[in-house]
Amino acid sequence: MKEMQPKTTQETLLAVDRLSVEFATRRGTVRALENVSFDLKAGEIVGIVGESGSGKSVLAFATMGILDRAGKITSGRILFDNIDLLQIKRSQLRQKRGKELSMIFQNPRAALNPIRKIGRQIEDVLQAHANLPPKQRRERVLELLSLVRISDPSRRYNAYPYELSGGMCQRVTIALALACSPRLAIADEPTTGLDVTTQAAVMDLIVDLAAQTHMATLLITHDLELAAQYCDRLVVMHAGHIVETAKTSDLFQHPRHPYTAKLIAATPDPEKDLAHLIPIPGNLPDLRGELPFCRFRDRCDRASSQCDTVPLERKLVGNNHQVACHNHF
Amino acid sequence: MSKHSTPQFILQRLLAAIPSAIGVIIVSFIMTRMLPGDPAAFFAGASATPEAIAQVQETLGLNKSWIEQFFIYIGELIRGNLGVSLTTGQTVIYDLVTRLPASLELTLAGVLFAFIIAVPLGILAALKPNSWLDHLSRFITTAGVSLPTFFTGLLLVYIFYFLLGIVPAPVGRLDLLSSPPEHFTGFYLLDSLIRGDFNLFVIAFQHLILPAITLGIFALAPLARITRASMITILGSDFIRLAKSNGLSPEKILFTYAFRNALLPIITTMGVVFSFLLGANILVEKVFAWPGIGSYAVEALINSDYAPVQGFVLTMAFLYIFLNLAIDILYGIIDPRAGF
Repeated sequence: MKEMQPKTTQETLLAVDRLSVEFATRRGTVRALENVSFDLKAGEIVGIVGESGSGKSVLAFATMGILDRAGKITSGRILFDNIDLLQIKRSQLRQKRGKELSMIFQNPRAALNPIRKIGRQIEDVLQAHANLPPKQRRERVLELLSLVRISDPSRRYNAYPYELSGGMCQRVTIALALACSPRLAIADEPTTGLDVTTQAAVMDLIVDLAAQTHMATLLITHDLELAAQYCDRLVVMHAGHIVETAKTSDLFQHPRHPYTAKLIAATPDPEKDLAHLIPIPGNLPDLRGELPFCRFRDRCDRASSQCDTVPLERKLVGNNHQVACHNHF
Repeated sequence: MSKHSTPQFILQRLLAAIPSAIGVIIVSFIMTRMLPGDPAAFFAGASATPEAIAQVQETLGLNKSWIEQFFIYIGELIRGNLGVSLTTGQTVIYDLVTRLPASLELTLAGVLFAFIIAVPLGILAALKPNSWLDHLSRFITTAGVSLPTFFTGLLLVYIFYFLLGIVPAPVGRLDLLSSPPEHFTGFYLLDSLIRGDFNLFVIAFQHLILPAITLGIFALAPLARITRASMITILGSDFIRLAKSNGLSPEKILFTYAFRNALLPIITTMGVVFSFLLGANILVEKVFAWPGIGSYAVEALINSDYAPVQGFVLTMAFLYIFLNLAIDILYGIIDPRAGF
């Protein structure tokens, strides 16, 4: 699949360029990401949406350089502020992680060290990046805890993760991610596993803090509605490919890719009753072995012989609206 | 999860151990009586007349019923009297107090040796699974656990004493010219240091090193294996990922984040290994003429010498109780969730 070169403008903070990731497994190589390209401007909130297994988290882990041992980046570039994170030394990458780009995890309780006080865990990040004397470091931790709206910070400083609720733990991981005021935060399903009211509170918190510090945010979620609510732009992923990217409103009003259209039709809407929900037929294809050029082909009712034989290219179909489909709407 | 203070927790655990202690007392009493062999016949000598045997039985109280004997035994036990060993002629208490520290010192040194070797091996193997280091570690530990202790012991004596001559002869805790330090803990290494006798410390250390390694080699495999497995699990967990994505230093991630969490199963295994080695001591004590309680108990058992056997079983039972308590306390120190 050939794709358009992302334009590296002054403003672009993160540009992922034709990134491919493979996982070696006992039963063959899983091509988890193939030629994935997108970019993110400073202060922008971009959502990456798609079913579970579409490669969203792999993309996040690859960007942070924390893929499993089995995962290999086979080609591509990850430009952060015009520096390719895949080319710099480990120590240089370590200096950037947590300081300039950081990540918020899916399961906050598992993401915190279970036997270390949360205050100490935040201090560890500050210690790694900010040259502060211990006393000021502690003050900064308390400041961060109140920033993420945790009441009674000096008492919570000494709490262990098991003593806090899930929502509270997620606030702590947000405080961890924001400790050094990064320019980019990758939030990987930050609200999964939280109840609905807490979900909204956590998302509002992330978006507020992002706006305050002009921090770019990459929101990874399977929840299209959530993404629509908070993101400026959406990137739709299916089976390791990016199939469509557009401004949020454009995507919802005129989805161009059959998968996006089906994804929207499968998302609950308060205006319509549940009987109107149309599930997407079939499952994600097995990413081992031979695959058609279009990986959505077998689930698609617009498929033609081209889908098997002609490589896909991402086409510009509107203002900043790209789609990778031969038979798009 | 209830929050108690540590002393409260210890007291609670000690009280909870009382039923098992009573059980051990009863079982050890019954089992020694059920052993074949008559101590009276043994001690009266080969040419003793039936009358002489009966007389020995009378003095030992063996002609009374089991129930009577049991209550006499309990009464003595409450007064802190474990009886007299017919083999050594000393009180059992005296024998145990002089011999138990020898076994404990040896076992502790063995476990320490195993820990120092096995844990780094396990960590390295976990950092690079299926690398040559991992395979080497697996080979060493498997070899260690496959060889019987008496064989490893003899092999080590042959190489390091007979061929290389860098350790002293396997004649016990000290050479024949030295006299033991003043009894304080019964651990010669500690006692010699307390007395400030560095020379004696070196001698004791030289004598301890081979038997401790012999024992420790046996414990390498379980410790290295649990360290590897536990480290691999922890290194793959989300909070390690988060620590990496936050740019913490590799040392911080490895020790403060990964190893401290991995320590919990390692400590549990250490406890199991320790109690196992206390039992495995016997053969090593034989090879190195180590005056511990293992060889003492075997000797007593062969001679149907009840009092030392009962004393031995009781001592071991209490050791296990204290060992488990110590492990629980360690757990509580490392893991706040253990919550006492």
